[in-house]
Amino acid sequence: MHAPTTTFAARVAVAIHDQRLQAALDRASGGFVAKRAALVDALPEFEALRERARTVKEHVLSNLDGYLLRYEAEVVRQGGHVHWAATDAEARQIILDICKAAGAKTVTKGKSMVSEEIGLNDALEAAGYQVVETDLGEYIIQLAKEPPSHIIVPAVHKTRAQVADLFEEHHRPLGYTRHLTEVSEMVNEARQVLRGHYFKADVGITGGNFLVAETGSSVIVTNEGNGDLTQTLARVHIVTTGIERVVPTLDDVTTFLRLLARSATGQETETYTTFSTGPRRVNAEQSGEHSGEHSSEHGSEHSDVDGPQEYHVVLVDNGRSKMLGGAFREMLRCIRCGACLNHCPVYTSIGGHAYGWVYPGPMGSVLTPLINGIDNAYDLPNACTLNGRCQTVCPVKIPLPGLLRELRRQQFETGLTPWPIRTALQAWAWVAQRPALYHALMRIGIPLLSLVGRKQGVLHALPLAGGWTDTRDLPAPQGGTFQQAWKAQNGARS
Amino acid sequence: MRVGLFVTCLADLMRPSVAFAAVKLLQDAGCEVVVPEAQTCCGQPALNSGDSGDTRQIAQRVIQAFEGFEAVVGPSGSCMGTIKHDYPALFVDDPVWRARAEDLSRRSHELLSFLVDVLKFDAVAARFDGRVTYHDSCAGLREMGVKGQPRKLLAGVSGMQLVEMQGTEECCGFGGTFCVKYPDISTKMVDDKIAHIQASGAAAVLGGDLGCLLNIAGRIQRRGLPIRVLHTAEVLAGMGASPSIGEPGQAPPAGPGHAGQPQPS
Repeated sequence: MHAPTTTFAARVAVAIHDQRLQAALDRASGGFVAKRAALVDALPEFEALRERARTVKEHVLSNLDGYLLRYEAEVVRQGGHVHWAATDAEARQIILDICKAAGAKTVTKGKSMVSEEIGLNDALEAAGYQVVETDLGEYIIQLAKEPPSHIIVPAVHKTRAQVADLFEEHHRPLGYTRHLTEVSEMVNEARQVLRGHYFKADVGITGGNFLVAETGSSVIVTNEGNGDLTQTLARVHIVTTGIERVVPTLDDVTTFLRLLARSATGQETETYTTFSTGPRRVNAEQSGEHSGEHSSEHGSEHSDVDGPQEYHVVLVDNGRSKMLGGAFREMLRCIRCGACLNHCPVYTSIGGHAYGWVYPGPMGSVLTPLINGIDNAYDLPNACTLNGRCQTVCPVKIPLPGLLRELRRQQFETGLTPWPIRTALQAWAWVAQRPALYHALMRIGIPLLSLVGRKQGVLHALPLAGGWTDTRDLPAPQGGTFQQAWKAQNGARS
Repeated sequence: MRVGLFVTCLADLMRPSVAFAAVKLLQDAGCEVVVPEAQTCCGQPALNSGDSGDTRQIAQRVIQAFEGFEAVVGPSGSCMGTIKHDYPALFVDDPVWRARAEDLSRRSHELLSFLVDVLKFDAVAARFDGRVTYHDSCAGLREMGVKGQPRKLLAGVSGMQLVEMQGTEECCGFGGTFCVKYPDISTKMVDDKIAHIQASGAAAVLGGDLGCLLNIAGRIQRRGLPIRVLHTAEVLAGMGASPSIGEPGQAPPAGPGHAGQPQPS
């Protein structure tokens, strides 16, 4: 459970007035939106792929237990281990135990939003491990000691100059003393620093974009290749991901990969797509270390040239199975592409940190209350205009506005909606259900309002309407109501 | 065709000329227009605030008021989207009302899409001089498929140069109660919208939903910008010369009998 210590309103006020953040958001979101649109236009079957992906996910969710058990059996058959974590705390403990058993000192990490969700870095560091994020964006925010502000581009809020300063501060002790100005220089320097960590690491932790039930494989996609180095160079590879990420077959993965790259970063395919199936296979005759059971079973006569000695998968529930049987089941189709963030006018106005937890934007506004409790995130479902753009770009067609409205309904029914809003709403609704009374009241009220504002055309202020009139004028009503005028006219005619 | 006009509460209260414009356009297209008196609001404020009990009560009122019309038409994509898509879902556990809601849903249309798609109407007889841009209101665009219809009809307005602004499909930041609950975000969004309008060089912005238009006009007036804001139906009905939304000199509506007002030079 996580409850932010600042209010949503306070975080929004900071974000709106942060010029650097605003510039970064404008640049990033515009680029992703345009690149995605161009690729979608160029792919006639994009809509068919969306429908196919939705169907596959729905099928999996209807048979989730079966596919997870099949996946587990395949992982075990390949020599790996599957761990089931009901909560974030359980997931942290499982991973700490694996690290301890491995005698680890250094842990490298590929990008994983589930590891953010379960608060893994803090737990590992508290236990004395050196943790190194290897995705460039994650590495930058780790140096800055900040949470990610986007699920795909975690350091999207950082400017080039801020990154240069961070690198200078943190790389100086390692012998890198030059103040960098070019992006390529920064990428190179980070690459050199990270390279050392990959070889030193005892444990490599990655996420898992997809888990393949038929083969027991986990799949990651990256643009930097950091995930591959993280998971193949460490002695122990741990995959952390949500239970909803399983898909039936390798063929299904291809459907999702085509959607994911286009939706996430506006690429036809990400630079690296890596399938991991069990630990490194070692032929018994060559090494004598293993029983030879795995290799003979799969007809493999040669040892793998690389790969970890141990392969673990930590399947995290953390509220997901509760969503499965209820009104929010469709959220479990999410493949974490971030398209809903890039196309959300609220996200692109306030950035990710304002949302207060690891998942921002429309998908975060649904997930955060579901994982942390609806009483811990009142504003998130409400800070949305229900404009629906997120739903139209979602690669798995999640009805995000509908889910946000369902959260509002649950807030209302459990009494979380603040009483002034509740009272005003119910008073208005009571009148709105009584047309005669409603029209009588409006025949009195509207001409008054009109009279006050007619000369200037607008009202500059209105009692109890500060939310509108602090930054906007209220256009004055034209005069009487339409109903009144219509009645007068049609009465005169008949 | 006998059409029931869903006036919408905002047109009824804030800008009756929008409803009169709708009446005129429907009559020009050959419809008999009836305005049921027992209508108030579609219930969206309650629906979007999570108050489904009150929403159902209001929806039942609307369903009853519009029984028997061949078509139910309103000058708003947002209200008609609620009636068309959200009403049936309100009654999942009530087969009788669900059937009635679905029946109304099938008969419900946003004004301009009804004129173009159903009535095949294109005989616009209006003049509006100058450069104009059109804002695609979210609900009209995404729930009711309103995109080409207003542009097609506006192409028939003489004297008008329609230019597309950047980000025309982006939300203006109104969002019903959103704009008063989260004024910081809403103001940022409407300023973004206004920047696009300005960049287009248009002297007027048109749209199909009064909520958005009140928001945009309210911010434009506060900033003292010389951009007029009008409902598309007003311009199509030849009422574009009247004071635009938020302009001084608002006057009670003249009604369809007086709709042929003098045009701007």
